[in-house]
Amino acid sequence: MLTRSFFLKILSGALIFGAWEYAGRTGVNYALPTFLESMKALFDMTMSGLIFEAYADTLRPLAVGVFISSFIGIGIGVWVGLSEKFDWLVSPIFIIMQAAPLAALIPLLIMAYGIGLTSKVFVVCIMAMPVIVLNTSVAVKNTPSSVKEMARSFLGTEKDVILKIIIPAASPVIFAGLRLGVSAGFIGAILAELKITPTGVGDIISYSRMTADYPSMYAAIFSIILLAVLFLNLLEKIENFFFKGNNQGYIS
Amino acid sequence: MSDQTTANAVSVKNIYKNYGETEALRDLSLDFPKGQLTSLLGPSGCGKTTLLKIIAGLLPATQGEVFVNGSLVTKPGPDRAFVFQDFALMPWASVLRNVAFGLELRGVNKNEREDIAAKYIKDVGLVGFENSFPHELSGGMRQRVGLARALSVDSPVLLMDEPFSAVDEQTRRKFQEDLLNLVKNENKTFIFVTHSIEEAVYVSDQIAILLPRPSRVSEIIKPKGFRNKDVDSIRKDSEYLDTVESIWKSLRTYVE
Repeated sequence: MLTRSFFLKILSGALIFGAWEYAGRTGVNYALPTFLESMKALFDMTMSGLIFEAYADTLRPLAVGVFISSFIGIGIGVWVGLSEKFDWLVSPIFIIMQAAPLAALIPLLIMAYGIGLTSKVFVVCIMAMPVIVLNTSVAVKNTPSSVKEMARSFLGTEKDVILKIIIPAASPVIFAGLRLGVSAGFIGAILAELKITPTGVGDIISYSRMTADYPSMYAAIFSIILLAVLFLNLLEKIENFFFKGNNQGYIS
Repeated sequence: MSDQTTANAVSVKNIYKNYGETEALRDLSLDFPKGQLTSLLGPSGCGKTTLLKIIAGLLPATQGEVFVNGSLVTKPGPDRAFVFQDFALMPWASVLRNVAFGLELRGVNKNEREDIAAKYIKDVGLVGFENSFPHELSGGMRQRVGLARALSVDSPVLLMDEPFSAVDEQTRRKFQEDLLNLVKNENKTFIFVTHSIEEAVYVSDQIAILLPRPSRVSEIIKPKGFRNKDVDSIRKDSEYLDTVESIWKSLRTYVE
């Protein structure tokens, strides 16, 4: 039974891939393969096992970075939202992380941590954490005061108010932050592989570009986007599981 | 003192409340008899909600004392339950969880509190909506959830902060009638804040009129004759209409 949202996702995918196929065929650019050529390259990579080897490399910094950014990011965000002192101490770090160009920070990372897993995890965190921390802290600060007052009036302790009111009230914005942050984390994982040392999927992208194997290049890019989209859908399901009331539908 | 504890569920004595430079309440003393509904009536900004929150223990008084059933109170307690003007429901929780929330915070176990909540959901007329979410309910239904929540903790004192001002007129009239029945059937003390003169005269056993800042009690009115009439006849009763008019005349000077 197709739900409306699933149908719309399929439809929008079909429109974009159709446009891509058309653009490839009409020769917009010599370096743009058609959708079908890229899918064939992806199929070949899957059959030869190349794509799985590549992901084995890419997923390590990605998973570690996303995990750290989500859990520690939300934890720091809640603390920043609750404590003015902690906000003053910690916020500047994240503002710099957000604002400084990654390309400028990477040489510093390499000098400090080398060219291995640590630096790549750092890149993922630099891309993902600031928006998660910022969204969480803003949501916590802006908890509607009447619900907090209600909890106090019914004898809620401070701990009750934080766990049962502030965090659930902040959850829609926290999840929005997670969606933005985790997507940025995926970008960070690939950037790390393009800029630090080529491994995994980043290596496929840069090698195919150098050998003018454009279908493979687009296939690799497509695969990472597909993975990110699947992960975002998973996040949506997780949010609906824990906070069913958050899904209030559309305004109109 | 013992005389007061049996007759008055709540007593406030010489309450002062300042917000920085602004004096909101000045030397306000008032008694709330047990088992009755007392209204705090006055124009906007006259400190009625401030006084109610001080009684609830949500705001500290700058000076003065609040006694509930003879004991001095400074914080929220199990003896008082609050009904909020904007409902204060948790949008992420179902109606059942919202109603059971007061019990949840008191550590009552899940099955027990859900049974108690289900009973009060039935009493306020929301059967079938236990698993709905607040955004799926109308304003009147949301306030009934708030009322069920306050009733389910079984406090002897119920504090209501303009509970009907955020709903439409027809629902409001129905709520006023239901409130009269509630006061009759439940053995609780009600303290009711409103800015509607008709509402206050309709539902109250006793009306305390508060003047604008700095607030103190200007008059206490105890409507008598029509209290035992049935809900439909009260609004046509001549004593009701006269009381409303005379209150308006005395409040009018403060609004002009």
